[in-house]
Amino acid sequence: MDLTFFLEQIFNGLGYGFMLFLLAAGLTLVFGIMDTLNLAHGSLFMVGGYVAATVHAQSGSFIVAVLAAVAVTVLLAVLLEALLVRKLYGRDHLSQVLATFGIVLVADDLVKFFWGPSPIMAPTPALLSGPVELLGLPYPSYRLLILTAGLAMAAGLYLLVNHSKLGMLVRAGASNRAMAEFMGVRVSRVFSIVFALGAALAALAGALMGPISAVQIGMGESILIPALVVIVIGGIGSVRGAFVASLLVGLVDTAGRAFLPSLLREVLTPALAADVGPAISSIAMYMLMAGVLVFKPSGLFPARV
Amino acid sequence: MSSNASPWGQRAGIAALVLALALFPLLAPLFDLDYYTGFVRRLMIVALAAASLNFLMGRVGLVALGHAGFVGVGAYAVAVLAEAGWTSAWLVWGLASVAGVVVAGLIGSVALRTRGVYFIMITLAFAQMLFYLAVSLRKYGGDDGYTLYAPLNLIGGGSGVSAITASGAPLYWVVLALVALVLLALWRVEASHFGRALEGIRDNETRMQAMGYPTYFLKLCAFAAAGGVASLSGALLATQNGFVSPSLMHWTQSALFIVMVVIGGVGRRWGAPLGVAVWLVFEEVLKQFTEYWHAPMGLLLIAVVFLAPRGLSALSARKAAP
Repeated sequence: MDLTFFLEQIFNGLGYGFMLFLLAAGLTLVFGIMDTLNLAHGSLFMVGGYVAATVHAQSGSFIVAVLAAVAVTVLLAVLLEALLVRKLYGRDHLSQVLATFGIVLVADDLVKFFWGPSPIMAPTPALLSGPVELLGLPYPSYRLLILTAGLAMAAGLYLLVNHSKLGMLVRAGASNRAMAEFMGVRVSRVFSIVFALGAALAALAGALMGPISAVQIGMGESILIPALVVIVIGGIGSVRGAFVASLLVGLVDTAGRAFLPSLLREVLTPALAADVGPAISSIAMYMLMAGVLVFKPSGLFPARV
Repeated sequence: MSSNASPWGQRAGIAALVLALALFPLLAPLFDLDYYTGFVRRLMIVALAAASLNFLMGRVGLVALGHAGFVGVGAYAVAVLAEAGWTSAWLVWGLASVAGVVVAGLIGSVALRTRGVYFIMITLAFAQMLFYLAVSLRKYGGDDGYTLYAPLNLIGGGSGVSAITASGAPLYWVVLALVALVLLALWRVEASHFGRALEGIRDNETRMQAMGYPTYFLKLCAFAAAGGVASLSGALLATQNGFVSPSLMHWTQSALFIVMVVIGGVGRRWGAPLGVAVWLVFEEVLKQFTEYWHAPMGLLLIAVVFLAPRGLSALSARKAAP
């Protein structure tokens, strides 16, 4: 295995991890602050992907596309929060799962109605179609953009959560909502802002992921599960935990797919390796989660003490 | 449960329901409804798995998002045994259930160390592992699934002359009997000392521990038993379809089981059968009229959450009680 391939896969893993973080950050804050499990978070990601792909194809500008995706998704999320999610606060998790699963079903059909049942093409921006030099190896410049954007968003979120007034209120709400309310924090208003922020991050992830994966119905559900795995490994409500866990899951998943088959071929017969390799790399992140929960039943960085 | 009907009235109602279900395969051909014999049979089989999940969710307070994994274990057990040349349906189903108990016992021994959302996610993780394990079984078709050519026999088989194969109306009646028996057994368990202890654990585990109950072990027993029932349901499903595939244990199937149980009413006696019936019938009807059948189902879910927060089977009880 040569170093170029190894480094490239590591970078891909980090990029995937950052995208997972964009989703997981919103999910973990919504869950941590309002104790609300929002399965429709994946649908917001899907809307972001579809709007970005459409606007990009129409206008030709990737930046406009990303901004439009974020704006439309945030608008939808604000509506969704005011009309439905707000009524679910204080209900048990099962009701929340049921109602937000209902939203997922409705969202899938709406997308099917407007864009049709088949996947749509999300073009890579022309400026970023070539490779760039990264640590001495050629790396697709679009993937570098994803890495940079993810890193920037993570840094911004870190500053926001740890070094701003809003962040302080968010952390207070996540660690003890009742106490924060006694101290005069309007937690429900903080929450509305966080919900919209989470939607913006999900839309950004959807818009950025579009060109390197398929923009299709069900894309939300298929990234929702890894995002849930991330917030559970990290500890629900903890942004720091979500960040560490995103990178862990991104690396484990990508590295498993890239390296395991060739490693297994060294020790097993080719036929067996071809069967077992994909299976093990698919379950790698679940094994990671099960392993973490066995030793830390509330995740790596539990937000609630 | 809290219905005002006398026990005798209830029993008469149950007897009438069982009789109506038993007569259905005989009457259906008269009205050109043959297709629905298979549909009702599938409904009963799914209700079996949902009932075992409702037992976990309602009695023990364990929300497991991996129940389809155990259904898959049962289905694949049938595939493996049928491939190995076994022909007795009863033996195959029995072994499939045992396999479910063993797998659920192993998974439960790890998963029950966590609680709440962490429990939901760790059961999902194990079900995903089973899913990808099934995908990697190339001998049994991998992703594409596996068709069972040799039918199982309910009676006879050695000579093959007077054998009754596990299909059609005979399979329907056997499924009906099995589902009725298992539901009855679950209700008995709920009223038993074991069932009461489980309810105590659901409400206050620390106190039950202080009283000397081996709470972890009791929960593990309940989890393994529910896994066995789900596995039986999977075995019946494989027998009826003559086909197994990893899609049986996709995580959305596990989510659907939870959805159906919550629609029907968590912890309610008729919650699982009612939820399964409403969901599957609604789906069947909608699919005939429109390709956009997901959205109405989604609206149904949202309506249930806000209008019938304790499930559909709680509606009549709430009206009856002031």
